[in-house]
Amino acid sequence: MSVLKATDIMLAFGGVKAIDAVSFSVAAGEILSIIGPNGAGKTTLFNVVSGVYRSDEGRVELAGEDVTGLPPDRLAARGLSRTFQNLQIFQRMTVLENVMVGRHLRERCNLFADLLRLPSVTRQNRATRDAARAQLEAVGLGTSADKLAGSLDYGACKRLEIARALAAEPKVLLLDEPAAGCNAVETRDIDELICRVAAQGLAVVLVEHDMRLVMKISHRILVLDRGRPLADGTPREVRDNPAVLAAYLGSHGAREAGRA
Amino acid sequence: MSEFVQFLMSGLTVGAVYALVALGFTLVYTASDVVNFAQGEFVMLGGMVTVFMAALGVPLPVAALIAVAAAVCVGLLLYWLAIAPSRGASPVTLIIITIGASILLRGAAQVLFDKQFHKLPSFSGDVPVNLLGAAVQPQSFWVIGGTALIVLLLYLFMERTVLGKALRATAANRLAARLVGINTTTVMTLAFGGSAAIGAIGGILVTPITLTSYDVGTLLALKGFAAAMLGGMGNPLGAVMGGILLGLLESFGAGYLSSTYKDGIAFVVILVVLVAMPQGLFGRRSVERV
Amino acid sequence: MAWLSDRRAATLLVFAVIIAALPLVFPSGYYYRVAALVFVSGFAAIGLNVLMGQAGQVSLGHAGFFGIGGYAVAIGPAHLGIAPWAATPIGAVLSAALAYVVGRPILRLKGHYLAIATLGFGMLVALVITTESRWTGGPDGMPVAKLVLFGWRATGASTWYWISGAVLLIGAWIALNLAETPTGRAFRALHDSEVAARVAGIDVARVKLQAFVVAAVYASLAGSLLAMMNGFINPDQAGFLHSVELVTMVVLGGLGSVAGAIVGAAVLVTLPQLLTVFQEYENVMLGLIIIVSMIFMRDGVVPTAARLLARRGQP
Repeated sequence: MSVLKATDIMLAFGGVKAIDAVSFSVAAGEILSIIGPNGAGKTTLFNVVSGVYRSDEGRVELAGEDVTGLPPDRLAARGLSRTFQNLQIFQRMTVLENVMVGRHLRERCNLFADLLRLPSVTRQNRATRDAARAQLEAVGLGTSADKLAGSLDYGACKRLEIARALAAEPKVLLLDEPAAGCNAVETRDIDELICRVAAQGLAVVLVEHDMRLVMKISHRILVLDRGRPLADGTPREVRDNPAVLAAYLGSHGAREAGRA
Repeated sequence: MSEFVQFLMSGLTVGAVYALVALGFTLVYTASDVVNFAQGEFVMLGGMVTVFMAALGVPLPVAALIAVAAAVCVGLLLYWLAIAPSRGASPVTLIIITIGASILLRGAAQVLFDKQFHKLPSFSGDVPVNLLGAAVQPQSFWVIGGTALIVLLLYLFMERTVLGKALRATAANRLAARLVGINTTTVMTLAFGGSAAIGAIGGILVTPITLTSYDVGTLLALKGFAAAMLGGMGNPLGAVMGGILLGLLESFGAGYLSSTYKDGIAFVVILVVLVAMPQGLFGRRSVERV
Repeated sequence: MAWLSDRRAATLLVFAVIIAALPLVFPSGYYYRVAALVFVSGFAAIGLNVLMGQAGQVSLGHAGFFGIGGYAVAIGPAHLGIAPWAATPIGAVLSAALAYVVGRPILRLKGHYLAIATLGFGMLVALVITTESRWTGGPDGMPVAKLVLFGWRATGASTWYWISGAVLLIGAWIALNLAETPTGRAFRALHDSEVAARVAGIDVARVKLQAFVVAAVYASLAGSLLAMMNGFINPDQAGFLHSVELVTMVVLGGLGSVAGAIVGAAVLVTLPQLLTVFQEYENVMLGLIIIVSMIFMRDGVVPTAARLLARRGQP
């Protein structure tokens, strides 16, 4: 039973088809990777699925319900969270506050109570803060909690985005290049984190260029090329697919994938 | 019919001035992303300097030339002293700086000149021309013709000269323009100087009809800004269309609906257009990249 | 995190002490009046700062709400027989309702487009006030009835000093409250990244509207207060220049800082008083000060000062 299912997504920018007839689905506990050369439409697909863009055609289902065209906040309320390729952290807030924002949907939010900061607000704040702190520990940012998010380095920002997305306790997590700009140790931490999260029953969709990471942790892989689906299958199937080898991996990529 | 023509002509005349202010806005905005609220003060300077030079006995054409030169100097000073040092500031900060400049210029005009209303003699007499039953002041033709000429010259400049192309390239992508060797500082200097000259000419042309005083700039700037928005910020042709459209709406609105709320028409229109078409009438849609 | 709530309490305490202590150094009643003006403007600026500094949305028409509050306490007693104290909340409710109706469509706009839309709204409010002279006295303005509370008439500069000082404290308390709540965090989140805020489940349109309404209520209350204090109001209170002054206070003091809003108000209110020596050069000086301070203190007085202090504190 798939948690997230996208069918025949099509989106064109001024005549250029950025995504053309792409479908995928992902089940609870499954890690699906979407790979492809630059400009293949991976991030655009994420933007459609997460409601940032509206697709021209196609259908998105979340937990069996049609959510096509819903805005991001409504999708988030139904259990879809994501991170961004080019960082979208809240620079002027602390690291902890960033994750607290991630828990927005788990909080009761009443303007008047907040203006007067009623005792219930203070209580809830404490609970949110504790939950956010736990989430930060989980991604290894516990010691940076009170730093300004804008002062973090790139790799830490990537992990902060994951923590923020997880803080919402989503059903589906879309990760856009979570390991970009991370060193080997950080990449390993992230891959462990992703596996752990999936083991807890989340459906994870991953866009990533680090082939070793992708081959190692993915249950299934979808390969895009110029907006169209090129292949779909297990890491082994994709690795052995001659079309993929020719169009995307090339000799160098194939070698690296073989080592993984 | 004659009434209609009357409103049409006065709308075109006022609209032409809005168009010039909007054109100045657009020129500066495309080159530097700055919304220059002091744009209206160039119109004021054009009128006031000409009036006071003429009062000193300087022949009108020379006085007008001095006024344009003065406005250009002010425009360049504005760029060098206030805008260039605040590169990288937020749009709101830049808006406040230009509003500060507008207050400063208005204050300076009040001290240097006076607080009275002033008139310039019409360029070709005050005998109304009969156009389809409407009495049209000859100065209207000067305003409309002058505006048309400026638009034409600006068009040729943008399309035919290297500097004009540099300006368009800078507008499209500042970093890329700099990478291909365009001196973006020159382009911005040019934009500020040019917008000041355009504003001043507008002020000189229209003063015989609408009079001028030290504080005419604010409302003109706001309406010019509205016109530029109407046309879609950063689109010169749109700015001109927006200005003329606004002038016509005001004129017909005041004529057929309510003259007390004439000044409100611009803002009602701008609100409606922005809400219905957030990119302006002639603007392009853009996709936000994330 | 005890220090956070402590810092809020400490900030309020500092404000309270300053308000209580200032009269000790006032040589004349005139100073009470100028300080009260600072407090009223500061109150409006604190509210606008919620919109601009926290939620990151500009309003160049906020004096419109200020004017509505002011004319509510003018028109209510004069034409409708409503007591000034009752007219104040009525004005605030009207402003909130108007902010809600106007904010819904225009807060979808961004950057310069939002700036011009709010500007247009403010201009229309000012225009209506100027034109409907049967109700408002037109461009010349109208007198405002004295505030009477339980038979006690609020008159005199020192009385208004204490009233406006108390109101300022309450306003500061509420704004400081907001920062560390789900609503406040939502404001600040959408300021930094609207798309990330939406993905975190924040209904951005709704949250922007909340900030707009809060800021409108602040402005309206400040307008009512000023009108009752002056015993008079004219359309300038609702005009474009006043909107610009309010925005400048916020930016000059420092976006997002409650103390900054008050400092900005203090600078912009007292400078013209000092500059009356220069008389006709007042506008020149005002323009110059705005430009120079914006260039050299881009982040605003309070954040800049805090940074300098922090730097000095380091060895």
